Amino acid sequence: MTAQINQTLIEVAYLVASALFILALKWLSAPSTARRGVRAGEVGMVLAIGGTLLYQGIVDYTWILMALVLGSIIGVPLGLVHMTAVPQRTALSHACGALCVSLVGTAEYYLRAPHVPPFTMAVLSMEVILGSLTFTGSLMATGKLQEVLPQRPITYKGQNFVNLSLLALAVIAAVILVRHPERTSLFPLLIGIPLVFGVMMIIPIGGADMPTVISLLNSYAGLSAAAMGFVLDNKMLIIAGALDGSSGFILSVIMSKAMNRSFTNVLFGAFGQVQPSAVAGEEARTVHTATPEEAASIMAASNSVVIVPGYGMAVAQAQHKVKELFDALSKRGVDVKFAIHPVAGRMPGHMNVLLAEADIPYDKLMDMDAINPEFPETDVALVIGANDVTNPAAREDKSSPIYGMPILNVDKARTVMVIKRSMSPGFAGIDNPLYYLDNTLMVFGDAKAVVGDIVRSLAGGGN
Amino acid sequence: MSGADLKVSAAEEENVTSNLIDSLYVFMLAAFLGFEVIRHVSPLLHTPLMSLTNALDAIAVVGAIVLVGEHKSTLATVLGTIAIVAAMSNVVGGFLITDRMLKMFKISKPKKP
Repeated sequence: MTAQINQTLIEVAYLVASALFILALKWLSAPSTARRGVRAGEVGMVLAIGGTLLYQGIVDYTWILMALVLGSIIGVPLGLVHMTAVPQRTALSHACGALCVSLVGTAEYYLRAPHVPPFTMAVLSMEVILGSLTFTGSLMATGKLQEVLPQRPITYKGQNFVNLSLLALAVIAAVILVRHPERTSLFPLLIGIPLVFGVMMIIPIGGADMPTVISLLNSYAGLSAAAMGFVLDNKMLIIAGALDGSSGFILSVIMSKAMNRSFTNVLFGAFGQVQPSAVAGEEARTVHTATPEEAASIMAASNSVVIVPGYGMAVAQAQHKVKELFDALSKRGVDVKFAIHPVAGRMPGHMNVLLAEADIPYDKLMDMDAINPEFPETDVALVIGANDVTNPAAREDKSSPIYGMPILNVDKARTVMVIKRSMSPGFAGIDNPLYYLDNTLMVFGDAKAVVGDIVRSLAGGGN
Repeated sequence: MSGADLKVSAAEEENVTSNLIDSLYVFMLAAFLGFEVIRHVSPLLHTPLMSLTNALDAIAVVGAIVLVGEHKSTLATVLGTIAIVAAMSNVVGGFLITDRMLKMFKISKPKKP
């Protein structure tokens, strides 16, 4: 009798939790209600876990409680990482989620074999394959973002063939298992091959493609959790997985569009090859340079400044200096805005978080579509550590590898200032004609140091 | 004896199939709902969105809890325990960092006269 009551309680807890998860995402859509969304998610999570602990089938709580406590202890430092480390932390959490899903899937298979109905076996295979490849893929992404692994894409001949063959092998093993679930010796292939595939999949991906790849891995993690929901016949899990899967999918679509590339192109067409042809014409062109002091006086005399941050700002940790610049210019009555390209940085929304951390009000952060019409009326566009997203070749040069990619039209501003370490081409190795324009001034140096100098010069008073 | 067994397993199979169809409906509806809700999330909040969905996704921990609690085999208990640790670190870390990020988003103060 109590068993039945408990079961009902669990079902109700799951139902309420599912509703709270949906509300959490709904409230997240605007900054004013977003924190309420987090609360809703937390309450849902507590309900779901609490409800599960009531389950009558549980004979021993020791390991569960130990694991819950240990996981929470590990989670705290992961939740307190520095904001610049958010992309790698996110990739790492995709790996943790995927690990959980594949381990549960593996255990479920060995508990149920050889009596696994075909459909269950099919979703179980999907769960384990997606989970395993997301696990190693996300670890690789974490390594690249943390710069313990080389960030440059590594390519070799026949790479796509090798990758696709690996995936095909895993699918074949899954199909055989669906028909003959008793062949337990095949099951390790469902784990092993995708583990290798996950590594191979990320090897050819360059840093500039990370926003798309992180989103894609997010989607895979969600889908594998949904598949787990099918195996365990747990609707709440299906809902949470479907929400995560669709969220990752939408983000990958947005990111791919922002780079004018398809998923397959991101996954199969490594971006990093430097084309040698671009170097030839470079010598003849002149570059105008400016000192931070000159840059400061031009900005002080202007009415409007649009700052374009990129990954370089994150690397130099210049966001707090940028905030000082924002304050100094605002005090002089200059209208300062920020132009954020969807793929600036290493993950979706990366720049927004860094600038918010530096206390820059979010109503000053503009999307690409909102800010582009404003560039012709802008006195100064200040590019800090962004490259490809400002490259006019994407608009004009049909031979450019990034032709067609939507960019921030900084070259339309009256004056463009680019803070950059040196003239070396950016991550993707693509030459940027922006630097040779007559209205472009290059300010060479470390982003943090240069912005610091500009601020000092502005404070010094001399107009 | 074997005849009765067969009948039971046939009924079970039917049950599994109808559950799966239900589950497919739930998945489809949740996916559409996800698309609709998430399409309206401002690009400003894409990073918190990803960390929050990650935390929610770690609800997979309930599967691991049942697995460990039922104690059906040593393998299941060991794998399940690792799974709980991994998922729980996502739950705690994910909610914590999402909230930290969202706390930072501020609107400009009204200009002083």
